[in-house]
Amino acid sequence: MRLLESGNHLVAHAANVAGVEVVPAYPITPQTQVIEEIAELINSGKMDAVYIPVESEHSACAALVSASLTGARAFSATSSHGLAYMHEMLHYAAGVRVPVVMVNVNRALGPGWNIWCDHQDSISQRDTGWMQVYVASHQEVVDTVFQAYRITEDHSVLLPMMINMDAFVLSHTYMDAEVPEREEVARYIPRFVPKWTLDPRMPVTHGSVVYPSDFSETRQSMQIGQEHARVVIKKAADEFRDMFGRWHGDMIETYRADDAEQLIIAMGSLASETKVAVDALREQGKAVGLLRVRFFRPFPIEELRAECEGREDIMVIDRDYSYGMEGALFTEVKAALYGKCSAPAKGIVVGIGGRDVTYELIARLAEKSRKGELEEVTWGDTQMTSSHAVTLECLDDFKKILEHPGKSN
Amino acid sequence: MSDNNKLDYMTSMSRPGKGCAGDTGEWRVFRPVKDDEKCNNCLICWVYCPEACIEKEGQVIDYQYCKGCGICAEECPTDAISMIKEVKGEKS
Repeated sequence: MRLLESGNHLVAHAANVAGVEVVPAYPITPQTQVIEEIAELINSGKMDAVYIPVESEHSACAALVSASLTGARAFSATSSHGLAYMHEMLHYAAGVRVPVVMVNVNRALGPGWNIWCDHQDSISQRDTGWMQVYVASHQEVVDTVFQAYRITEDHSVLLPMMINMDAFVLSHTYMDAEVPEREEVARYIPRFVPKWTLDPRMPVTHGSVVYPSDFSETRQSMQIGQEHARVVIKKAADEFRDMFGRWHGDMIETYRADDAEQLIIAMGSLASETKVAVDALREQGKAVGLLRVRFFRPFPIEELRAECEGREDIMVIDRDYSYGMEGALFTEVKAALYGKCSAPAKGIVVGIGGRDVTYELIARLAEKSRKGELEEVTWGDTQMTSSHAVTLECLDDFKKILEHPGKSN
Repeated sequence: MSDNNKLDYMTSMSRPGKGCAGDTGEWRVFRPVKDDEKCNNCLICWVYCPEACIEKEGQVIDYQYCKGCGICAEECPTDAISMIKEVKGEKS
């Protein structure tokens, strides 16, 4: 079925045909339309699922875990502060090894209050044990919902997956996308067969006290699951292409990279914008290519080593920041390449809090990077505005007040 | 042994068993004592006991595991259960 819909609504339709049975969710901008549409699909009898209107994101994730432990295919969606509020239960979901799927509509974290796109929310959840995939188009988010269940429910993996979709750029813009029929999708992801369930015939306690003598192995096992996922992710992407004829990459996606001397590395919709920048630079005769990191967890270590070998320049785009260090993707890329690649790498930070990033800006920064004109890390779109001026004026006034604490107006 | 491969899927499961935390009756400060004259065998105490320390037959209290929370005494409709301060060294 061909739909002309917003990214958010497409996620809801994808969850429907994926055979999702339980949806615990709490609304938050810019995710709200995902769960509104799911509620509407259930209410109108088009989706056979239970919707649980929880009182918080913390509870949404708790219900997500519980639903999955009964053997149901469970799904949720959140964003930004909602994801942050889930933090404790994100660890729980990964620790209890439930194959749940959640769409996170990437949004900045306050203060100041900002509903627009950056990756700070999901990057802050890097170490929870969830797999993380970043999509770059409307069609990709639909197809990734199916691939996600294919990967998470594989018995060698059994870890939750977060599908990250950029706020507004993808969530609120309308594009046409193919949403397959339920029967077609069911052939790709048959009914979820759990490894164990909450079942009175076999009562167990899960997650009670685990002593230092036993705990570490449960965590090592999560890493083994992530390692297995590398294989399953590739298989899932290949099988998806065979069945549906669409390809969005597996661990990574490359674009005009084969003969590229310079490689730009990016995630999410900025990678789509980078494709335009690559085209523009190619027209000027520059040998530039894109490497899109699709899966951030598990991180594409071997793929990066293979793709970066022999390049002359690498520029990494971050839409997030690890304060006191640098952009998180930049750190991870360098960690993967340490001792394996001699190309200089530079990090740029752009698009924070939803600032528009144009292909011209990316192309300009890439040119500077190639010529060695960039610092190690560059905030690529810094500007001073009238709002910043207000803050500075306020600070001047505070200085006057605080210098004369006895006086009041 | 399990046919699962070592650490491929190692998680924290345990089977239900009595007294995994040891003799929790040692924690008790107040001991519930039942007056059989007042008890009408309504089983409210049996239903409410969060630790399953009251047997259904005769509502015998298991002092080895009863933590002395007092919920049974609070819920008993005939006031048949009193909470008596434990005397150090005389726990049963």
